[in-house]
Amino acid sequence: MTHTDSTGTPPAPPKTSSSLWAWLGLVPFFLFAIAFLLLPSLSIFINSFQAKNGSFTFKNILDLSEPFIRNAYWNSISISLVTAIGGGIFGFFLAYAVTLGGLPKFVRPFITTFSGVASNFAGVPLAFAFISTLGRAGMVTVLLRDTFNFNIYDAGFNLYSFWGLSLVYMYFQFPLMLLIMTPALDGLRREWREAAENLGANSFQYWRYIAMPILLPSLLGSMILLFGNSFGAYATAYALTSGGAINLVTNVIGAQISGDVLNNQGLGYALALGMVVIMSLSLIGYSWLQRQTERWIR
Amino acid sequence: MKRGSIWAWLWVVLGAIYFFLPLYATFDFSLRLKRGVLSFAAYENVFNDARFVESFTFSLQMALWTILVSLILIVPTAYWVHLRLPKVRPFVELITLMPFVIPAVVLTFGFIQVYSKSTTFFGIALPSILSLDFFTLPGLMQVRDFVSSRTPITLAFPIILIAGYTVLSFPYMYRAVDTGLRAMDVRTLTEAAESLGANTPSILWYVIFPNLRAALLSGAFLTIAIVVGEFTLASLLVWPAFGPYIQLIGANRAYEPAALSVISFGLTWATLGLLQLFTRGQQGQIAGAR
Repeated sequence: MTHTDSTGTPPAPPKTSSSLWAWLGLVPFFLFAIAFLLLPSLSIFINSFQAKNGSFTFKNILDLSEPFIRNAYWNSISISLVTAIGGGIFGFFLAYAVTLGGLPKFVRPFITTFSGVASNFAGVPLAFAFISTLGRAGMVTVLLRDTFNFNIYDAGFNLYSFWGLSLVYMYFQFPLMLLIMTPALDGLRREWREAAENLGANSFQYWRYIAMPILLPSLLGSMILLFGNSFGAYATAYALTSGGAINLVTNVIGAQISGDVLNNQGLGYALALGMVVIMSLSLIGYSWLQRQTERWIR
Repeated sequence: MKRGSIWAWLWVVLGAIYFFLPLYATFDFSLRLKRGVLSFAAYENVFNDARFVESFTFSLQMALWTILVSLILIVPTAYWVHLRLPKVRPFVELITLMPFVIPAVVLTFGFIQVYSKSTTFFGIALPSILSLDFFTLPGLMQVRDFVSSRTPITLAFPIILIAGYTVLSFPYMYRAVDTGLRAMDVRTLTEAAESLGANTPSILWYVIFPNLRAALLSGAFLTIAIVVGEFTLASLLVWPAFGPYIQLIGANRAYEPAALSVISFGLTWATLGLLQLFTRGQQGQIAGAR
């Protein structure tokens, strides 16, 4: 029996008679996807364009410009940007340190394993961990107050504020960045650096003209993922601020589900639709950047 | 590389502080229930709370159901796509990535909109799936509904909750299975099995599943890590799961939530540690949206 040594998936041999039958194999998966992804999304989409009496309207979409809603989007987008950029930069440096920083061998698996755990440690427990650390009675707060007579809350810090929440989000953001960036950094070939050095480039020039242009798409792409990661987050902020000291889109939607806080069902759906649109745009940007990266790093 | 090394150490030390300080502080805080002494009293309170055991068992059951449904949906589909329909692969992959586009809150919103009302389907009145209660499971009947504090009630089988978790598990499960399938020669294995007279279900059960063991375990552990502490779906669909329980305790007590945070961190650590053990070197990346 001859078989071609193929590791990937060779194209299926043309079996026209059974091709319809082949499609049947996908029916359960697609039925599930229709019931639990397509229908819910479609219902949000349709309801966004419906008035109370069921007629078609753009009013819900236009109402998104209300100050309260605009503020929620503004907060969600800025916290996602801040933690994506902050977590992205910190995560990148950490990834650089463990891949190319010349550290002892045991550091890397240690940091990567911990990042895997930390990037999954989010939600309610994470909020409580930070309350125990930097809350008004938290360990660090008390330590600074008692030993250095320095009250961080008097100095303007507040865990239950925008920047406090950003600090909490960073806990799952930068480990995720590290996990995504280490393969990309591993993909930088040593020959490229040697070639640059042979041509007389110094370290800065190597990074500026060789490494950065290659890494930039995956750097930006990863930051987009981080953006989406915090844009859709609900539990952490909910637990930290007990429901809504910080006005985020996810929290408004959550409150809208529990009871019609906006006094307008349609507006709630438009709000949710807006989130999906922003997330889709960022995923499209991500996959475009991903294709740019794949030209260099395989 | 001396200079580089110092910078590298600086970043690693900063990272380690960020990792460990909150954990240490939480642990320290959780020991201070009794004034003046360090004790495990908060943990005793937690373990003695019947709701802890109930909600945790509930969430664990949800995780197992999710793994089951996810496996039944993903493995045959991914296998079939690999073998017969490679051209629909990008499309299937896109569907499994949808949780990154539709946040859990929005998904729940849609679920409630579609399934909370009794609907008519071509003139036949259908009850809402959210309130279906003829699927009751023996294990679930003891669960107390602490969320709305209605004492012992018969709970419906949480179809929608499991469906939602299954959707959330798709990216991880599909990725794990896809990587596993790429690592083996699906076509040759299938042809060999077919020439011995096996039909598709037996090929899946006797050939594909065993070969995917490591991949499936990794998908399963990630699913447990995600589902057991999940808050958004459980709380908005009003199920007495572990996530809402932690939140409820957090709103009412001081030290017990810290103990619960430590426990739940330990759990995440344990599941992902087991994952690494079983899939040594196979999964380059544990978490992440890709």
